[in-house]
This record gives sequence, structure tokens and C-alpha cells, in this order.
Amino acid sequence: MKTVSSLSRDELGRRLGAGGLHLQTGRFVTRVHSPIASVADGIALLYADYPVQEDARFADFHIRLSPSGGLRRWVRPQVVFDFDGTAPFTPLPIEQAFPMFEWAMNACVSSRANGYLIIHAAVVEKDGAAAILPAPSGSGKSTLCAALVTRGWRLLSDELALVDLATGRLEALPRPVSLKNASIDIMRGYAPGAVFSRAVRDTVKGAIAHMKAPAASVLRAGDTARPAWIIFPQYQAGAATALTPVAPARAFMDLAGNAFNYSLLGGAGFDAMAGLIDSTQAWQFTYSSLDDAVALFARLQAEPA
Amino acid sequence: MKQLPLAVRAFRAPGRMSSFSLAEWDLLLRQAASANLTAALYYLAEQHGQLALLPGRVREHLAWAHAQGERHRQGVFFEVRQIRRALAELDVPVILLKGAAYTMAGLPPAPGRLYSDIDILVPKERLDEVEAALMLHGWAANHLDAYDQRYYRQWMHELPPMQHVIRQSLIDVHHAILPETAAARPDPASLRAASVAAAGDDGLRVLAPLDMVLHSAVHLFYDGEYDHGLRDLADIQRLLLQFSQAPGFWQALPQRAAELQLSRPLFYALRYAHRLLGVEVPAAALAAGRPPAPLLALMDALFSRALLPPHASCADRYTSLALLLLYIRGNWLRMPPLLLARHLFHKAFLSPKDAAA
Repeated sequence: MKTVSSLSRDELGRRLGAGGLHLQTGRFVTRVHSPIASVADGIALLYADYPVQEDARFADFHIRLSPSGGLRRWVRPQVVFDFDGTAPFTPLPIEQAFPMFEWAMNACVSSRANGYLIIHAAVVEKDGAAAILPAPSGSGKSTLCAALVTRGWRLLSDELALVDLATGRLEALPRPVSLKNASIDIMRGYAPGAVFSRAVRDTVKGAIAHMKAPAASVLRAGDTARPAWIIFPQYQAGAATALTPVAPARAFMDLAGNAFNYSLLGGAGFDAMAGLIDSTQAWQFTYSSLDDAVALFARLQAEPA
Repeated sequence: MKQLPLAVRAFRAPGRMSSFSLAEWDLLLRQAASANLTAALYYLAEQHGQLALLPGRVREHLAWAHAQGERHRQGVFFEVRQIRRALAELDVPVILLKGAAYTMAGLPPAPGRLYSDIDILVPKERLDEVEAALMLHGWAANHLDAYDQRYYRQWMHELPPMQHVIRQSLIDVHHAILPETAAARPDPASLRAASVAAAGDDGLRVLAPLDMVLHSAVHLFYDGEYDHGLRDLADIQRLLLQFSQAPGFWQALPQRAAELQLSRPLFYALRYAHRLLGVEVPAAALAAGRPPAPLLALMDALFSRALLPPHASCADRYTSLALLLLYIRGNWLRMPPLLLARHLFHKAFLSPKDAAA
């Protein structure tokens, strides 16, 4: 299986510029087209372990990130995301091209993949049981997710929980974990051996960097997981680590509120959500120390189901 | 003649969809997505027994769109029910047009057809009452400046689109199928008189088959924008295939077109339904409404581009120009030249830029 790391940086840049890099993430293949150097740099660094398809005949998504035309080529240059003819995002400063690539990769899946109930959540797994961590931005979900996957948990996703409508199992779609503002330095300290991209400043979410997904997680992208817990994280400075049970009906409504396509899926969405709630325990999780959080997750995971 | 794009070929010969290679399907799906036809492709494949024969990845993408198509259909049924409730006390005949008509009458263009507005036709003299009843039940006129309001109420054949404040659904209330400022004046009373019950439910009415074909034709070939071109042409194709099974259809169609002053749009509809989507049309039906040869040559050049999916793979160097000319033509057909000049001037230079377009 040929990976991105087997391509030289020049070859990678050439393929991306010619619109011919077929990058596999989880079970999706995305044809990526971008002449922008920072996008190629980001892919070379953070997607080194990911399969590249040679002579691909079919891609699930076709994306292009290119510099804006006209005056914007020279005056405060911008990058535009083209989703095969539509431009779903407003253009951004060209320094933000790689974060835009990551957002684009998420948008492709969350806007189309209606074979899954898609929830805005991180998903990690250990010894056959997975935890779904839903949360609106700023709740510390990604930081917690990054910490867990550097302490033995498998990364399924830091952004999209994909619940298979037919089986109720979670699809794995491991990709770089996005970190914001203070979390960037915290994680650099917490996991000094991990690979991080350079931080990009002044985005709409502040400073953004990405942590490379563990190679073991990428290798196991074909393995689905059984959902066991739904854990609503809330980082609170100075708080003691606490786990409080959440009633099933409340968990259902909160998850539905965090889902991309719950309403679109109609009855099938309801059934998938109900199946998920029935087969999991739901907890509200408050923490201020990553070490304590990781330890608590270990204890939770060790308990018999 | 250059070969037709893959997405057009799929609608032209749905029974042969499984003969496309995986690489061809990659492009076909992208063209269909640009034309908002992925859901329609699912149902088309299913109807023609092709679904199980397609590659797994293709079937999966079509299934994703199928979920959208089902939800849309459910939404339309609910919305139509709400509209009926709102207008129940008025005892006014309400006729569904276009997409909502196809959906409620279970007609061939319906499965997978995605649209944002529900269109109804009511008598002009009841327009104010209908608008008031809708407002009482939660629909509000969209924020439009005074010019746009006058454009609609004075010149156009419909109220400004109304949006429900809670459900965000849109309704277009028509009193005619063409503006009063247009050259052709299809008599709305005649259309209403010929209307039929939708799927046996007398409270819900749709246009008679001939009129439905003609409305679809004039809606497409009088329009200025062609993002929905292939979808609307496929509607015409499937309406023709369905209704032409009735004896006398091909004789009655041009006659009715002449009565409604719609011979020219019918000509274009039949011509391009035949050329692009392979509909067999008797020569006699194409006799009336034919434009002079130079004009026809120009229209062929414009429509052969505009009716394709709006995807880069279907465009050539003249496509942008063709779309621009058709945009101007679309406005030209709706109002006399002086009024048009004033309107375009106003739109270009005086109208506030619509932030939430």
C-alpha cells in the first residue's frame, strides 16, 4: 500500500498542482488539487502514513484549494475552497490554506455521507469499546481527544462521529487533530514526541495547529468500533475531575443538537440515535487536569460494561 | 456532433446506466451533483433495475442522495397539508404547480426532484385574501425593497415569495403562469378551468396534462437562469413519455399550445427533449412554433450549452456567453424593451446589494 511518505516532496507538490493526488482517509478517497505550497507541506507532514491511490478511477470527493484570481493574487492574497464547482466557504487569507483544507475535508463528509448519522464529536477507542465526545467548540473536546490518543487510545476522529445506520457501529476516519490557542502549547508539553504543524494565527477560531494522528490509528482505519460511552466534556480551570450520569432522554436531545444530519435522516436518524443511546452510558465530564482526565478514562474503560 | 455529457446520457437512456465504467461514473456523479440531480439518479436507476448492477461506491453515493430525496418528499407532503389548512376557510380553488404538483400527483418527474419553493395558482381577484390568510398562518413576505415589491405586484404573475417564519419554507403564489408584461398571454382562467384533481383528492388540484407540459415548457424556455436546465428538461421528457400514452395527445398538444399562445416554447421543449434526451416526437407536433432558420440556429447554439449540467466538464469557451445572452433574453421576454431597460438599470445600479441573497 503506497503512502504519502513514499512520494518525494517534489513529486507530492507536482501531483497536487496537477490535480492528481488521490488521498485515502478512512474509507473515503479524496482527489486533492492545490498549487499552494503550505497545503503540500501540511499533507507531507501530517498525512505521511495515509494511503495514496495510484491510477484511481473513482474519488468520493473532489476538492480544490487555489489562490483567488484577479487583484487578490497580489494584494492580500486569498485561498478559495472549490468543492467541484461550488464554493461553500468565503475565501480566507492564504496563510490559512492548510486549516481550510482540514475544514474542507470535514465539510465533504458532513454534507454528503448520509449513510451515517453524523455527530459533531470526537471518537476514541480502547480494547473494543469507543467513547464519543460531543461538544460545541471551546469545550476542550479536541484537547482531551489529543491527550487520550497519545496515551494509548485509538483515534477514530477528532471532529465527526459516523454512526453506521445499518449496523450502529462507528466508522473510523482518523485525521489530524486540530488544536486551538492555549491548547497548542499544552499539547506540545503533554506529548513531546508527537508531530505538530506550525501554528497559523488569526483565524476565525484564533491560532490553529494540527497534531498528526498516531500511525497505529491510521493503520486501523478499516476497523469499526462499538460505541460504549457518550461523554460530554467540559474543561473548567481549577475544577476537580468529576463524572456525573446524564439521563438517556437528555443525552438523546443533546446529541441530536450536535448532529449534522439528524433531521435530514428522518425516521432512520431517530432509530440510529435511539440505538446509540440504548447501547451506551452517558456522562457529563468536568476536568482541569489532562493527567487526571486520562486516568479517569482508564478507570472507566477498565470497568466491566 | 460532440458526444453528450455522461449525466445527460444517463437520463436519455437510464436502462443502460450500468454500462458506464467506474471512471465514467466518477465524472457522471460530479455532473449530476452540479445539477442537483443525484437523488433523481438514484430513483431512475432503481426504476430501471440498474441499481444492483452499479459499482458499490456509486451505489453508496446514490444512496446518500436518496436519503435527501425521501426527506424532501416527506417535507413537501407536510407543507402542502399546512398550506391547505391555511387556505381552507377561503373556499378558493388552489392549484399546485411544478414540483409540488409532480410530488402530490405522483408523477414521473417527482422522485428525487429537489426544490425549495411550493408554487400555487389562484384567481387574481382572490390574491389579497390568499396573501392575508397565509400571513395569518405564519408566512411573511421576504424583505424586499419597494422597487422589488412593485416589480412583483404590478408586473409579475406572482406575489413576492413568502417564507414561513418558523419552518423557513417558501411559497410562491401565482395568478398566471406568465407576467402580464410578456408578449404571450396564456389565459389563467382557461388553465384553472381545465385543472384536474391530484391523485383522486379533489381538494388538491393540478394542471391538466397538456397544460402541465406547456407550463413546464414555458417555465424553462422563458427563463433567464439555467442552473436547473437539465432537471427541467428531464421533467418535460418524463411528462411527455407518460402523457403521450393517451390517444390523441400529440394532436391535442400543439392545438392547446396555440390557444395559450405558447407554440414557440412548446417547439423548443419538443426539439430539445428529442435532441438531448431522445424523446420520439411526431413531425407534425413540431410544425407549429418553428422560428426562422437564423434564429433557430442561434437558439440551438445557446440551448445546447445552457441545458447541460453546470459543471466545468460540460462547458466550452462559449458557454458563459450563451448563459449571458439567455439571461438577457429571459428578461426581454418578460417585459417590453423600455421597461426592461429601466429594470436592468435599476437592478445594476440602484438596488441595494442583497446581503442575504
